[in-house]
Amino acid sequence: MKLSSTALAFALATVSLAATAQAQQITGAGATFPAPIYAKWGEAAKTAIGIELNYQGIGSGGGQNQITNRTVDFGASDAPMDAGKLEAAKLLQFPAVMGAVVPVINLKGIDSNQIKLTGEILADIYLGKITKWNDPKLVELNRGITLPSTAIAPVYRADGSGTTFVFTSYLSAVSPEWKEKIGANTAVKWPSGDGAKGNDGVAASVKQVAGGIGYVENAYATSAKLTTTQLRNKAGSFVEPTLAAFSAAASNGDWAGAKNYAVSLIDTQGATSWPIVSATFILLPKDPKDGARSANVMKFFDWAYKNGGEMAKAAEYIALPASVQDAARSSWKAEIKDASGASIYK
Amino acid sequence: MPHSAVAAPTRRRSSAFSGDAIFAFLAKAAGVLVLVLLGAIIVSLFIGALPAFRAFGIEFLWNVDWDPNQAIFGAAVPIYGTILTSMIAILIAVPIAFGIAFYLTELAPNWFRRPIGTAVELLAAVPSIIYGMWGLLVIAPFLASSIQPGVIDALDGIPVLELLFHGPARGKGVFTAALILAVMIIPFIAATMRDVFMTVPPVYKESAYGVGCTTWEVMRSIVIPYTRVSVVGGIMLALGRALGETMAVTFVIGNANRISPNLFGSGATIASLVALNFGEAQQGSLLLSSLLAIGFILFVISFIVLAISRTLLKPKAAK
Amino acid sequence: MSGTLTASAPSRNQSVADSLSRSRHRTNSIVKALCILATVIGLMFLGSILFTLLNLGFGGLNTKVFTNITRSGPEGGLANAIVGTLIQTALGTAIGTPIGLMVGTYLSEYSAGSQLGNAVRFVSDVLLSAPSILIGLFVYQIMVAGRGYTGFAGGVALAIIVIPIVVRTTEDMLRLIPTALREAAVALGAPKWKSIVQVCYPAALDGIATGVLLAIARVAGETAPLLFTSFGNSYMSTDLGSAMASLPLAIYQFAGQPDADLVQLAWVGALLITFGVLALNIVARVVLRPRI
Repeated sequence: MKLSSTALAFALATVSLAATAQAQQITGAGATFPAPIYAKWGEAAKTAIGIELNYQGIGSGGGQNQITNRTVDFGASDAPMDAGKLEAAKLLQFPAVMGAVVPVINLKGIDSNQIKLTGEILADIYLGKITKWNDPKLVELNRGITLPSTAIAPVYRADGSGTTFVFTSYLSAVSPEWKEKIGANTAVKWPSGDGAKGNDGVAASVKQVAGGIGYVENAYATSAKLTTTQLRNKAGSFVEPTLAAFSAAASNGDWAGAKNYAVSLIDTQGATSWPIVSATFILLPKDPKDGARSANVMKFFDWAYKNGGEMAKAAEYIALPASVQDAARSSWKAEIKDASGASIYK
Repeated sequence: MPHSAVAAPTRRRSSAFSGDAIFAFLAKAAGVLVLVLLGAIIVSLFIGALPAFRAFGIEFLWNVDWDPNQAIFGAAVPIYGTILTSMIAILIAVPIAFGIAFYLTELAPNWFRRPIGTAVELLAAVPSIIYGMWGLLVIAPFLASSIQPGVIDALDGIPVLELLFHGPARGKGVFTAALILAVMIIPFIAATMRDVFMTVPPVYKESAYGVGCTTWEVMRSIVIPYTRVSVVGGIMLALGRALGETMAVTFVIGNANRISPNLFGSGATIASLVALNFGEAQQGSLLLSSLLAIGFILFVISFIVLAISRTLLKPKAAK
Repeated sequence: MSGTLTASAPSRNQSVADSLSRSRHRTNSIVKALCILATVIGLMFLGSILFTLLNLGFGGLNTKVFTNITRSGPEGGLANAIVGTLIQTALGTAIGTPIGLMVGTYLSEYSAGSQLGNAVRFVSDVLLSAPSILIGLFVYQIMVAGRGYTGFAGGVALAIIVIPIVVRTTEDMLRLIPTALREAAVALGAPKWKSIVQVCYPAALDGIATGVLLAIARVAGETAPLLFTSFGNSYMSTDLGSAMASLPLAIYQFAGQPDADLVQLAWVGALLITFGVLALNIVARVVLRPRI
């Protein structure tokens, strides 16, 4: 088979020739939620510190799998990884950035942030218990607005995703019935509604059907110009989904008390906090095979902490509080060790 | 006469390293390689699926539950969706493909046949991800605004039909997915039909024309019965293609977790379920195992469909 | 037709025959019209797809697409994706074609209805309709897990898709060659393998080349197998030993982004790959195969 052996020889030659060219590239895989901001950071980091980031959003589960298999340099996951699994896979988990999930609706004549919703009502809608927009519970909350009798058409994520994990975590926190019947996960058994693929799919579906309601990452609500709603937070006030509200939630998180940084930013305290905020995490091997690549990963995130705040804000994400960033740095120093036991991060 | 009847000349009592022996060995080895390849794929799939089969047993096949949180999975919904979308796709594609094949073989002027034939076959060349995106962007909104509301209103109140076509006019769903699949397989069926229609000996058609049959009557009474078996075989092959199609379906089918008769509602096929959930499935989890299990079941379904088409095509090959 | 021969009541039988003839011709015309309609519908679908691609993708077509690598914002291009697709498609074809050729030869020249031959043919057809996502998963298990994503694994996954297509066309083409040609070669003293390689292959070359071109067109647009094998790369890489970008992956990833520039890139990529594949198909069918 002459052709294929030539191809094989060609392949091997290319591999050996090109191996040196990839010295400063780091590969990451996982959550799609933060993929846009990682991409922006990556592009800026190339010019600033010469590190090339190849990040592919294959899903949080994929990210966890790949880093456990050590096929990539770091994994990214929206849902914090289970402590036992982190131990077994010898992984360090730290947060990179935060984002928010917002409900979006499609009702004729209703503008953004006009309608008020609560977590319980959202849960009831997705449970199939509230089926019309002029249901008494909604009318009571929104006196002054004439709600039509249109049927509510809930839209959920057809594909497994961190966004669903965040949203169902919120529903579980505010509705005991949801917690018991459905629970929180990257994919759940939705009792009613229809699925759409990706945040963009949900956005498009909601836009398509009158009476539609869905949940998307904040960046998509803005770019697709969807109608957002107010949501009641733990303190009882109704907040609009603004960057200020997201940051308020982030700053109220119990970072110190969370093991492996797995803090919950769902339904946090604070009068101005948005109730559906989440951190997204990076997974790094504690015993990396290639110390240089691991050092580059940490160098990249160190740079991103210091310089990525504005970019994050522009892309509608929330940067970590400075104290958390410092805590992450000390974790790198303490946990990531090379073969001799010396810490890689200086 | 099978070409292997042309044997190697026997006067060459050469060593085992003669050109013939080597070449014959390579050819056979390649054949065995293909067998081994499929075997390896199925075995690796089965090994990955074993935890799911062990956990759920044979009930996995008809369990309608798909609950990732409780880790209870059942294959009934994706199997139903796969078979349903493929069947509807065949129902839509076969008449259209037949019309095209009939037109190309009997009705079109000669100079017109090649360009039209090429154009129809170009449909087969469009990558499936493009079908998915086109379906989502063009077909779904078109159905939602122009076709679905009319159908829903017209069938409202008619007992069985209103169950099949109701609900908000979403544009996406089982019917849309089936329609896109149909467009994808039309060229395969049309090409098979056309090739096979052209093998009908002209003398049969000419005698029919001679007694005054119209073109349609010739087609109906001569060509179709003559080619029926091969045509059905070709349809089965197209069905096999439709069963495994991922990208074209994933964008529009929605992902339901219950069996509902509503064709305008969401559904799930095996391929789409695997594509949508694989990214989030963790290694060693029952979810991953269940996804591999339904993948394995898809192979089994393909096997059955292809085996049926084989038995249908056999009598023709013996001619 | 008996109507015209009956002596008694000729006008009544004539009118029966006439009305029968009219209804038959009416049916014929209706069916003809439906067939034309079916063809028009088929062409409309094709037209709609091509129009959508041109409409959404053409506006983003510029030199940057070919010179810049993928990145967000207006400076993004598809250079790394295009190069990656070319490399992996070439690799997949280079590996898959010889294997497919040999299997097709085996089925046509050596197997003669044997059990093994039937089994191989059946298996090849199963592979042909296998969901490409499962093939990608398989290659992941054997080549990527524990080792890392490589362009080479992507090429192998594509090769597995190429093989059954080439098998089918090769066997069909070789079967069409008259036995007389082979017999003539043998009569001249050629060993069997020479009669295949030097007589049959050249005679069937057009058809086999068509099959190869069709296989190339199919794998150039495959997304799912590459997702698990070559992973994608935001940077230019021609290194088969590490992750590699490709057009279908870029399209898949960018189409759903909230960044309008990335969505535009996705459509440009879709335009490039579809028209590239269509061009290959036209070459295959019009230039190489002179019959319909």
